[in-house]
Amino acid sequence: MSKQNPKDRLYSRDHEWIKDDGKGIVIVGITDYAQEMLTDIVFVDLPEIGRKVVAHATVAVVESVKSVSDIYAPVSGEVIDVNTRLEETPELINQDAFGEGWIVKMRLDDAGERKMLLSADDYDEMLKEEKS
Amino acid sequence: MELIFEISKPGRSAADVPASDVPAINIENAIGKKYLRGDLDLPEVAEIDLIRHYTNLSRRNFGVDLGFYPLGSCTMKYNPKVNENVAVLPGFTGLHPYADDEFAQGNLQLIYEMQKCLSNIFGMAEFTLQPAAGAHGELTGVMMIKKYFEKKGQKRRVILIPDAAHGTNPASGALCGFDTVELRSNSEGGVDIEHLQSLMTDDVAALMLTNPNTLGLFERNIEKVAQIVHGRGGLLYGDGANANAFLGKTRPGDLGFDVIQLNLHKTFSTPHGGGGPGSGPVGVGKALIDFLPVPRIIKKDSGYDWSEDHPKNRDGETSYLPIPHINLKDSTYAWSSDFPDSIGRVRSFYGNFNVIVKAYTYIRSLGAEGLKRATEMAVLNANYIKEKLKPYFDLPYDRICMHECVFSGNRQVAQSGVHTSDIAKRLIDYGYHPPTIYFPLIVHEAIMIEPTETESKETLDTFCGAMIAIAKEAKENPDGVKNAPLTTPVSRLDEVLAARKPDVCWKKS
Amino acid sequence: MDYCPHTPDDIKQMQASIGIANLDELFADIPQKFRLKSMPDIPAALSEQETIAVMSGIASKNKLPRFTLTGAGAYHHFIPAVVGHIIGRAEFYTAYTPYQAEISQGILQAIYEYQTMIAHLTGTEIANASMYDGATAMAEAAVLCAKMSNRTKIIVARSVHPEYRQVLRTYSWANGYAVVEIPYVSSGQIDLNALQNELDDQVAAVLVQSPNFFGVIEDVAPIVDAAHKKGALLVAGFTDGTNLGILQPAGAAGADFVVGEGQSFGNPLNYGGPYLGIFAAREKFMRRIPGRLVGATVDKNGKRGFVLTLQTREQHIRREKATSNICSNEALCALAAGVYLSALGKNLKRLSELNIYKTQYLKNKLLQLKGWKEVFSSPVYNEFVLSCPDSKIVNEKLKKERIIGGYELQKDYPEMENTLLFCATEMISKEDIDRVVAILK
Repeated sequence: MSKQNPKDRLYSRDHEWIKDDGKGIVIVGITDYAQEMLTDIVFVDLPEIGRKVVAHATVAVVESVKSVSDIYAPVSGEVIDVNTRLEETPELINQDAFGEGWIVKMRLDDAGERKMLLSADDYDEMLKEEKS
Repeated sequence: MELIFEISKPGRSAADVPASDVPAINIENAIGKKYLRGDLDLPEVAEIDLIRHYTNLSRRNFGVDLGFYPLGSCTMKYNPKVNENVAVLPGFTGLHPYADDEFAQGNLQLIYEMQKCLSNIFGMAEFTLQPAAGAHGELTGVMMIKKYFEKKGQKRRVILIPDAAHGTNPASGALCGFDTVELRSNSEGGVDIEHLQSLMTDDVAALMLTNPNTLGLFERNIEKVAQIVHGRGGLLYGDGANANAFLGKTRPGDLGFDVIQLNLHKTFSTPHGGGGPGSGPVGVGKALIDFLPVPRIIKKDSGYDWSEDHPKNRDGETSYLPIPHINLKDSTYAWSSDFPDSIGRVRSFYGNFNVIVKAYTYIRSLGAEGLKRATEMAVLNANYIKEKLKPYFDLPYDRICMHECVFSGNRQVAQSGVHTSDIAKRLIDYGYHPPTIYFPLIVHEAIMIEPTETESKETLDTFCGAMIAIAKEAKENPDGVKNAPLTTPVSRLDEVLAARKPDVCWKKS
Repeated sequence: MDYCPHTPDDIKQMQASIGIANLDELFADIPQKFRLKSMPDIPAALSEQETIAVMSGIASKNKLPRFTLTGAGAYHHFIPAVVGHIIGRAEFYTAYTPYQAEISQGILQAIYEYQTMIAHLTGTEIANASMYDGATAMAEAAVLCAKMSNRTKIIVARSVHPEYRQVLRTYSWANGYAVVEIPYVSSGQIDLNALQNELDDQVAAVLVQSPNFFGVIEDVAPIVDAAHKKGALLVAGFTDGTNLGILQPAGAAGADFVVGEGQSFGNPLNYGGPYLGIFAAREKFMRRIPGRLVGATVDKNGKRGFVLTLQTREQHIRREKATSNICSNEALCALAAGVYLSALGKNLKRLSELNIYKTQYLKNKLLQLKGWKEVFSSPVYNEFVLSCPDSKIVNEKLKKERIIGGYELQKDYPEMENTLLFCATEMISKEDIDRVVAILK
């Protein structure tokens, strides 16, 4: 049973979430549904600080024992911080995907891009459709 | 079990070194201290302890000689012992690869005849035995495709790969700079012809096809497939991993394949060795002969040697290809690198020669009739298992299969949450090596069973009995299955820990 | 020979249970026009006795030399009896890749031990479970460096084995990389100045070999420095692993990757294969290196065990994103190497010393012949280069006596006329060397 998808953030079709601080900085992570699909995460390949990404480009890579998944930047921007705790404890993503398991912080290029993303309710709908 | 380092004790040794019969020199003076190493930390064990260590390790290993090994796509057939005896003949093991051709006529003849045999069996124009493994052969094949289009001045960027393909296929494509595009399978498990038609453009260099495919099913539309690909100037690559399904029945060359790679350690009975060495010969049609790796063997009718000249064909014209004809009487063989369009070398020396010796021995031993019978019995065995297990496990494609059959563990998952991996581990308790699991990717919870031809009806019956018993256990006592294996020296290992905190090198604590 | 156990009765029963009348029905999916009537030109089957006779006949067409003075990438070393007995155990050689760890602890532990010994010998932190051979190990290291850095230029010393450079060119062409060769200087070592001039921020890797193809030991540390200053990685190769018994490994000098040929460790000459690609690296590359890796872990009861780990690097998971497509390795050859190294233990140093003594004796004796000259002044391990009045005649004379002579360098280095590369391992006796000199006087 996935945890509830928090309403205070936006979601992408690739199961990432962004949480906006209102000042042009977003925190990015993957959803609880995503971590369940990946199963035990063993390694996270974090980007360098300062890396610029466009929306949908790979910003990080998450490895489980049996698979490798690209994490796509939900919006364009510059990486200003990474969750270095994931280096020693990648399982934080499994344990707390919406909280301690955040992956990168980005400075937004274009606030308008957020329109492309889904609300928590829309994301819930999307998951329901996928499962059926 | 202890590691060899843990039973080591200073002052012990197993292998000794003779005293020098030439004068010793002061090495520090001769070479210089800065080039000498400080410590040499290798195990120090007596021979008896060395032997016991490895003998006990071997008893924690499962080989075909111990029991049934129905690994789909791996063709774990019996490894004939006569091949092993031939392979250790000093004539085959003792020659340096740079020995003068005059010294190596036996080896050269063997390689030449092996190339000729494979060309005949598979309907190809010529073979190279240089690649060291199937994946290596694939890479070689894709390189030749790349060179072919380069020579034509065409910039084709795409290789089509079915969704059921083995991972080495897209990897090989990507390593030669191609973009790989996935081709859908139809509901029968074959190529989706419409999808192929829509994907096949002048930008597609090749379609990489495994036939029969990884579901063990023969591509019924192979003629149409070849037509579509060739029609736009593309090439048809054949992954020959499943060759055990058609020896003596049909030939990839006749079906329209332009290049194929084989796995001698699958189809031709050479031992898997715990992961190698294998051998991955690559066969080509006429269109690709010029691009074969060098050096290649040429046959002269007056002695073997390494020629620096362009070989001439029967019409006296300069030819880039050594069309071989077997003429055992007064022929000599030689290595030549004078093939300007070759892709070059893909490894040092000539190939996994000792593996080739075993495979050649196998071909000579079985003969044409034996190879055909091997295929017939392999396919018979696979269909027999398919029919017996059909009532108990979901069978995604219920039609005559070839040398392997693919089931799905979906029923068991739905029933009681027992997964394919659990079934596999429980089979170990019954004394079997599990079949291939979770491959091909297009079947959910896949179980791929390839019995091979060297198994008796009794072995198959007992195996099916075990599978049926496990299906029952999965229903009535799922936890027992989920906790398997229960009878091995170690139980399920923590792969997550091994990947999170990798320990690949022992350190003294 | 026929290895199918099926009796006519078996076949009848099985056909019945499948619901077919004859075996042809199993092949109905093959279009009629492509069905073979017979297999042309394949010789008829042989009984086991005949098989042995035919194959022995072919083997006897070879001429085994009295001894060989050629190394050049493949070496005649003594193989202790224990090696054959262990790799001849069916539980090892008839086993598949150890994907089912619980029933493969034998080979997994053996490979873990091999990885450990190789990492130590090469002065690095990690070694994989083997590649196909030294040449592909080096080429794959170069490709990895290029993919990691997104740079496309590879520098290789001309003193690297000619066939290794050929394989590098093939792999580089396939990936679209440029290869630049750096010459050697009169000492036989790499031309450091030329290297400095060629190094720029487009270079992914610098490839050297030590001892190099001429037998000369390279000073790896300054080459590492030069490469690293420009952000390039250093790949150091070797062709006779026994050098590691006495020489400072490139890993200790700071090399990023140490690759090479492991045939010398317990594997016969076998006319060129199967051989053993050694691939070792610094720990930071662990998640990127190609090939299989065995890792230690525990089972659910806390017992130590071994598994194939970090498989997400490999082709069967990464697929088109893999940095290599390698699947099979040379497991049994690696096992042979592990047994060899465990058997010799610290005696490997004595073996290396013996190689050096024999080599010096051969070299000194040959230099006493009229017109023979030393070509390179630098220290060597067990191979060296000499020039002589007529190299073809030298090898002809030796061939007549069934001795494999020196390796003619001119075919790979056109500037080296009448120049031969010689090797003397522990398998060459004083009598052998004296005999050679007597023949050539």
